[in-house]
Amino acid sequence: MKVIGKPLRKVDATSKCIGQTVFADDIFLPGMLYAKILRSTRPHAVIRSIDTSAAESLDGVKAVLLGAELPITFGILPVSQDEHTLATDKVRYVGEPVVALAALDEETAEEAIRRIKVDYEDLPPVMSITDGVKPASSPIQSYAEQGNIHKTVSFEFGDTSAALEKADLVLDDTFFYQGNTHLPMEQHASVAAWHPDGKLTLWSSTQTPHYVHRALARVLELPASRIQVIACPNGGGFGGKSDPFSHEIAVAKLAMKSGRPVKIALTREEVFYCHRGRHPVLMHSKLGVKKDGKFTGLTFQTILDGGAYGSYGVASTYYTGALQTTTYHLPTYKFEGARLFTNKPPCGPKRGHGTPQPRFGMEIQIDKAAELLGIDPAELRLRNLVPANSLTANFLTIRTIGLQRCIERVVEASGWKDKFRKLPFGRGVGLACSCYLTGAGLPIYWNNMPQSGVQLKLDRSGLVTVFCGSTEIGQGSDSILAYIVAEVLGIDPSSIRVVTADTDLTPVDLGSYSSRVTLMTGNAAIQAAERARAMLDEAVAEELKIPKEGAASAVDFVKAIQLAEAKFGTLGTVGSYTPPRSAAKYKGGGVGPSPTYSFSAGVVELEVDAETGIIRVHKIWIAHDIGRAINPLLAIGQVEGSVYMGLGEALMEEQEFRLGVHKTPSMLDYKSPTSMDMCPVETILVEEPDPMGPFGAKEVGQGPLLPIPPAVCNAVYDAVGVRIDEIPVTPEKILKALKAKAQGKDGRYGPTAFPAIEYRDPMFILPPWEGGDGRSINQPEYTRKGV
Amino acid sequence: MRSKQLFRLTINGEKREVAAYPSRTLLEVLREDLGLTGTKHGCEVGECGTCTVLVDGQPALSCLLLPGELEGQNISTIEGMADGANLDPLQAAFADLGAAQCGYCTPGILLVAKALLKENPSPTRSEIEEALGGNLCRCTGYLKIFEAIELAAGGRK
Repeated sequence: MKVIGKPLRKVDATSKCIGQTVFADDIFLPGMLYAKILRSTRPHAVIRSIDTSAAESLDGVKAVLLGAELPITFGILPVSQDEHTLATDKVRYVGEPVVALAALDEETAEEAIRRIKVDYEDLPPVMSITDGVKPASSPIQSYAEQGNIHKTVSFEFGDTSAALEKADLVLDDTFFYQGNTHLPMEQHASVAAWHPDGKLTLWSSTQTPHYVHRALARVLELPASRIQVIACPNGGGFGGKSDPFSHEIAVAKLAMKSGRPVKIALTREEVFYCHRGRHPVLMHSKLGVKKDGKFTGLTFQTILDGGAYGSYGVASTYYTGALQTTTYHLPTYKFEGARLFTNKPPCGPKRGHGTPQPRFGMEIQIDKAAELLGIDPAELRLRNLVPANSLTANFLTIRTIGLQRCIERVVEASGWKDKFRKLPFGRGVGLACSCYLTGAGLPIYWNNMPQSGVQLKLDRSGLVTVFCGSTEIGQGSDSILAYIVAEVLGIDPSSIRVVTADTDLTPVDLGSYSSRVTLMTGNAAIQAAERARAMLDEAVAEELKIPKEGAASAVDFVKAIQLAEAKFGTLGTVGSYTPPRSAAKYKGGGVGPSPTYSFSAGVVELEVDAETGIIRVHKIWIAHDIGRAINPLLAIGQVEGSVYMGLGEALMEEQEFRLGVHKTPSMLDYKSPTSMDMCPVETILVEEPDPMGPFGAKEVGQGPLLPIPPAVCNAVYDAVGVRIDEIPVTPEKILKALKAKAQGKDGRYGPTAFPAIEYRDPMFILPPWEGGDGRSINQPEYTRKGV
Repeated sequence: MRSKQLFRLTINGEKREVAAYPSRTLLEVLREDLGLTGTKHGCEVGECGTCTVLVDGQPALSCLLLPGELEGQNISTIEGMADGANLDPLQAAFADLGAAQCGYCTPGILLVAKALLKENPSPTRSEIEEALGGNLCRCTGYLKIFEAIELAAGGRK
């Protein structure tokens, strides 16, 4: 292959290095106004009145927008359309948008915001999992299942009680994964323009222009065909720009009201309030193991602290139970999950979406099991690996699985066998593995149309243009399109133009989330390019009177296009991609299926100062089963970025609240790793081409984050003999655990209890090896307890 | 309520006159009054390093500078880094090694690297880490950035 597998520059690399890439806030339109949003100062309150008169009378204020003007709600999931553009009757977190306005300049808009008076009547705020599970006098959302319990889910695949009974060892642990946020370097920004002919254009820093398009049409009550959404290159996303946002709709409406273009650029503090980041998750896990290390079953309970709105939360809840089955064979598995509403900015999808938390608990628990059984943790994992081309207990289809090679490679590269339990006190190694989707199997709203579309235009100049709705967030999605089309057509990628993420110009792609883009746009691009190549072959074959196969390469590429244009007329082809149907037929089985899965294994070596509790990470070895790297340079970049982000979550990143207020809504106070905190990373790409992926490629942007937090905790145990069962692993927690151990108590820091919570009655599904067909055997629909 | 003031600034070697409110930061003047949008912002309060420019060759946060303080000094932005169509070796190395993922922190980091290499043409890894200590990047884990600076410092092989 001439292009695939080569460490080429990204198609946008030069623009980014000379400051020419146009991000949303770099757009300036003639006559443009500047918008600002007044946000709630109360975590939970009824709005008694809003007085905007002093703002409206300020010179230079052009339009003021209140919630009542946009009564239609929106939300990313069809089941939780619970957000208003601006609060109508009630506010549910500090930072919730209440009033938006547009003025001639930002200074005037800020002054106008200061002049608005809102009269609130406070309600009791709910700020924790402990409070969220209690009966509620003033529930945050009226549509919650019970009190502030937004949603519960429950499945049982096989008889887990019997499986745990026949185990030689049952581990019973609670874990806590603290919430954290994406912290993209770019603050969200949007520009809207309203045309007198009734057409709206929105430029925005969004990962999902298609879903923003749908939300705008719904809330503004405009036909979608009159709305154009252009996703600008995102200055980092990580999941934080994949919901439709209040400010996007507000600037559109302000443009409609004022008849002028309107821009909003959020402050960093406002970005913290947009959030949609990692759910704090409390977990209770029971793992049954035989003496030989084979797992007999797992029961896993989760409670997610969801924040004030739905966002992706229902999907996140399912995801805290979906992928436990995909790395190690679990003969039986039970999952119970619940998401709570709390008076905080809404949580949603952050890199790994709902799966790093359970993976954290699971990989630490396996480390504990290995120690109790006296089996090396790498060996214990190898004994339980899911086989290739198999179905899991919850009916996920595993195709290629390179996890064995990943484990073997990091064990070898890190010198694991010479280090594990052999390093001096204070220094340790830890190992963990993971699995992630290569694209969600189902679209977010039910439809049977393709999830990704590509159009190719070829013309007599020799130019090939690729049109696709996919969204460049820094991961290289524009480049992947160019590489793939270039490879199929046998041309240089630099002679291809890529036009993406513009709903007027490009066919629908669902967006940059769930690690779906390379696989889905890549397969669509291959189809479109192969169709184009067939036309070129046919035209050249006819001209030269040679066989069709490969005929196009007999002449210059421009000549081939000209022959084809003469023969067929104007040239264009399309390609589409729709994932295969899932084997999971039970209700709720739509979260978890993917065309194929990536696998990772990581080893962390670190030092713990037992006097101060300070951790210094020396090195991380990570092996990732990517199927095939379309561009190994970019793939390694994704792995390193994932490891970095995982390390930040493991050691320092956390969102905490005090008296209803975010404690650290700034880049200084919200600690994230700097260049001086980062450790060396050795990345090993394991390439076993997967038949589902374009040229065999699987995902790489999310999975390699997951092993890092549990590997850090496992390494801390190896170093100083204490178990930290929650992240971030701060010096304080290490010292507390060391102190407890010195006093003869359990050398552990972590949650000590799991609240009693009424989950639904589980849906029973027989695993494939018990004759199950993917349907539930007790009831087709859920029954609900206590309602 | 207030009036604009005239500032004479030297930016990338060009003398520019700009009328702006005296409360405007250099960041705002560059981006909004002069159309030099290559300088980005991540916090606007001096915490993230994204808006770094060079003032007389030294890295400085444009979100904390007022144009009134800068008359007579040389301000360098990302737009002035390449020599016409010829990329600076740092820019080429960043492009070649994938050191710019989303590219948003890249202009600021490139300018810090430029200042570093001018003072110290062969920095060690820890000197690079230290020089970049005030510039956050959320995409790369910094590693490709370190390598690109080392590549540019070592010259093309």
